[in-house]
Amino acid sequence: MDFGPYLLLASLEGAVGAAVLALTAVGLSLVFGVMRVVNVAHGEFYMIGAVVAWFVATTVGTHPALGFVAALIVAPLVAAIIAIAADRLVLKRVNYDPEATIVATIGILYIIQQAALMGYGPEARPVEPPFNHRIALPWYDFAAGEWFYPWGLGTTSYKLFVIAVAIVLLLGFWALMTRTKVGLVMRATQLDWDMAQAFGIPVDRVYALVFGFGAALAALAAVLIVPIQQAHYLMGGDPLLLSFIVVIIGGLGSVRGTVVAAILIGMSDGIISVFFTPTLAKIIATMVVALVLVFRPQGLFGTKAA
Amino acid sequence: MSAAQKSLALHLGLIGGLFALAFILPTYHHGNFARIMVLATYAIGYNVLFGYTGLLSLGHAMFFAAGMYGMGLAMQYGGVPALPALFLGIIAATILAAVVAVLALRTIGVAFMIVTLMFAQTGFLTILYFGEWTRGDEGFVLQQKVRQIAGLDLSDPMTRYLAAWVLFSVALLATARMMHVAFGGVLVAIRENEERTRMLGYNVFAHKFAAVVISGAIAGAAGAAYGLLFGYVGATFASVQYSIFPLLWVLLGGAGTTIGPFIGALFMFYLIDYSSGLTSAYMLIAGVALVLLTLFARAGIAGEIKRRWAPWLP
Amino acid sequence: MLKKITDRRTLLKGAAAGGLLAATPLASRFASAQSDAPIKIGFQQHSTGIGAAYGRWYGRTTEAAVKKINGEGGINGRPIEIVAEDDGTDPKRGAEVLEKFANQHSCDIAFGTLFSHVVYGSAPAAGELKLPYFVVSEGHHVASGALNRWTMQPGITDVKSQVAAMAPFVSKNLGKKVTMIFPDFAFGHDHRDFFTAAIEAQGGEVLEHIAIPPTETSFTKYFPKIPRQTEVIYHVMVGPGVLTFVKELGEFFGPSRPEIFGFIDSLEAVDMSSPGLEYLEGTYFWEGMPRYAQASQSAHEKAYRTAVGVDDNGASLSDSKDVSTYAHMFGCWETLHTIKAGMEYADYQGPQDRQKLIEAIESMSIMPESAAHPQGAKVFNGRTHQTFGHQYISKVENSKLVLAHATSIADTFYEDEVDYTKMSF
Repeated sequence: MDFGPYLLLASLEGAVGAAVLALTAVGLSLVFGVMRVVNVAHGEFYMIGAVVAWFVATTVGTHPALGFVAALIVAPLVAAIIAIAADRLVLKRVNYDPEATIVATIGILYIIQQAALMGYGPEARPVEPPFNHRIALPWYDFAAGEWFYPWGLGTTSYKLFVIAVAIVLLLGFWALMTRTKVGLVMRATQLDWDMAQAFGIPVDRVYALVFGFGAALAALAAVLIVPIQQAHYLMGGDPLLLSFIVVIIGGLGSVRGTVVAAILIGMSDGIISVFFTPTLAKIIATMVVALVLVFRPQGLFGTKAA
Repeated sequence: MSAAQKSLALHLGLIGGLFALAFILPTYHHGNFARIMVLATYAIGYNVLFGYTGLLSLGHAMFFAAGMYGMGLAMQYGGVPALPALFLGIIAATILAAVVAVLALRTIGVAFMIVTLMFAQTGFLTILYFGEWTRGDEGFVLQQKVRQIAGLDLSDPMTRYLAAWVLFSVALLATARMMHVAFGGVLVAIRENEERTRMLGYNVFAHKFAAVVISGAIAGAAGAAYGLLFGYVGATFASVQYSIFPLLWVLLGGAGTTIGPFIGALFMFYLIDYSSGLTSAYMLIAGVALVLLTLFARAGIAGEIKRRWAPWLP
Repeated sequence: MLKKITDRRTLLKGAAAGGLLAATPLASRFASAQSDAPIKIGFQQHSTGIGAAYGRWYGRTTEAAVKKINGEGGINGRPIEIVAEDDGTDPKRGAEVLEKFANQHSCDIAFGTLFSHVVYGSAPAAGELKLPYFVVSEGHHVASGALNRWTMQPGITDVKSQVAAMAPFVSKNLGKKVTMIFPDFAFGHDHRDFFTAAIEAQGGEVLEHIAIPPTETSFTKYFPKIPRQTEVIYHVMVGPGVLTFVKELGEFFGPSRPEIFGFIDSLEAVDMSSPGLEYLEGTYFWEGMPRYAQASQSAHEKAYRTAVGVDDNGASLSDSKDVSTYAHMFGCWETLHTIKAGMEYADYQGPQDRQKLIEAIESMSIMPESAAHPQGAKVFNGRTHQTFGHQYISKVENSKLVLAHATSIADTFYEDEVDYTKMSF
């Protein structure tokens, strides 16, 4: 494939990855920002989203679109309920102590993973996309001065849909945080816990809400991706690592930074793969991000040290 | 007895007890303890950085693996005998730790955690990338006949147990001694309050650097020994979960205590071993155990003992 | 290809030994049955971790085989007892599990590992414990000589012979210019090395090797590396991402795809009628054993299929969505039958006879197609501890795999790389 079309293709693939990553990472960033909790089980809420989507889609067996829409509602709810239960039963009781929450969420990670293995099984299972058409993309040939369809350059309508939905959801999230009372309360709690409490904000309930909301965002991202990738009980590992990276690079607690970082990392994963053999590309991409952190430890948009 | 005498007695008692167990334990547990002592050494290395200096690394598998591959590749392709290969492994881990320290110590807190994680991920992928030599994820076997030091066959259960015991004892006594002298005090001071330590005139970076290097070297020694004693070198040991294990062992046993890493490794090993006999859902049991521990014994096992009954515990 | 001739000769010589083996069990079964305590077989099972989908079906096949063997009088009149331990698909835990079998459960032998890295991690322990260790892994580890005298693979063929046997079919029927896509770890590298050599021997060439990092979950971005003049794509992927891989491959090429040849490892435990797999219509797969019941299926295979609880589509009889790992799991069945034959031949009484068991199996050669070997006849090579057998190539038609070609056993031979019988115990 020629360089230009290849770059476009890789960028498109990167954009799908970035869209899903942004949603997942914003959830983590919210939890991190407001609660100061390193939620190692975040990837498992993502996995729950995918698994629930499979259950819903196979139960509502009439038309794939119907199952998909049902999954979009049910999966985040289930993830949120489990997350809120985890917050009430465990995190609250250890007073959100940083080290204790890391161990506790590792424990929760194992519990959720094993429960999924027992209840759902070890197979990777697909969910049918609500719609899916292959779209061949044109490219401009400068020498001949005309548009043409290069070999292999294409995407699917569903992938474009994922990008669009992610953008809408992120805008919605931004509006929620900046334009509503709920958002105001969350931001206030993030800025100053004591002050928020002094002003009568029920910090306990805000924490439960935030933890549930963060999990729901991860689950939502998974519902979007599961028609492209499959639901599998070990699928939570990668999004967890990537989300952490994105949250740090974006600057702790900065939603805008998180989104920009997700786009940077998602896109660079696609684009670097154009220039190197696949594994070498992964090594380089990982190293580059690590070095960005090393030389800009406060993240790209953060102002204070982590 | 003074606290110092008590702690010396404790360490010598543990070491003596483990020596005696070499001749008492039934075969199966004899083998397990040999493994646990090497893994506990890994955890001791981790504890130097995490427990004492307060730096949470999620990338220690790269040091463990550097020791293992430094040793294994030298033996497999260089024909280096076991003992020098062991030291090559430790040197490899030490150099890697120095490089990582210079870069990663520019960050703190969660960023340090993520940076070490990403370096380790790079290390893991590098092992796969050079699959021609490393044999990637499959790894390679070190044949029994080359696993000998001074005519002692390390695949023999008793020799292996004692070799693991020597490694563990050296690591335990060395770190206990380190925490007894001024250097260890500075590490703890950095953990408690980095700013104040700096203002007191200590070179914080130099101490943190030393902590990463010592921690990496001990982890590397454990990795090299594990490969040598059990005859297998593979990329699995460089994967993320092997970075999480020492964190869990140390937290379970008690971070910042000398015997915590051993207790944690022992506890976790048998927790999984027994529960896997009861149910295939043993990770569920491990998960529940972790949650319960954070709820009811936050400081870890040795940490709780220290808090409740034995404040002198080192 | 000189080797083939000598191998045919050993094959003939072995036929006599095979006949002997087939005859001895009946004679010796009751004569030497001094104890009726069960024979304990430690089953190293991938119940959790990345191999869990395989582990589940390896478990079911093992159960079915034990039920059959015990129903027919067990081994030397003694029933088999399976002691299953989860290794988490982890090489460290694998070695610990072998120690547990030998020293805690007092197992006679260990058996059942699939993933190569677990085999590598566990084999040193088997050697040190002097515990016969029967792997069902299809890796080239045993035959390459990297392991030890206590480790054997008598129930499933290895990747080197599988791959070599595919090259003639691919070059004759699909094309000579091949692009290979494989996971960037040792299993993938075996495919890369062995197939590249084999296709070159057929006058073909590999245009491009595309090694995918094992953690990858999206693949489209790598496909432009496929050269335009590619006639055949050869793919072998494992892990949960494979469905995405196949689906995205289809989306990438759209209506004008080259020929595609893959290893079913990519789609073991996956329903061929899953959404997205319609792109595979008309492509070819290697299968260790045809998943869909073929018109030509033997009575032995039919009986085996029923015994392991699999329907004509290769899915569980109780749940048609629960698809088996049919191309590999027969290895458990056949290995257990070979263990039975070996123990009866060696007049195995207990752990003191472990060495005799290894020697007995080393002396085996021909294993005719039978209820014990429903996948087809085998030729076991005692020197390399590796079995050889027929390979199957199927074409996807109407979302089912239809047998297109079966190789001969001789197609799968290659020169010995080790002689374990010359190694000490």
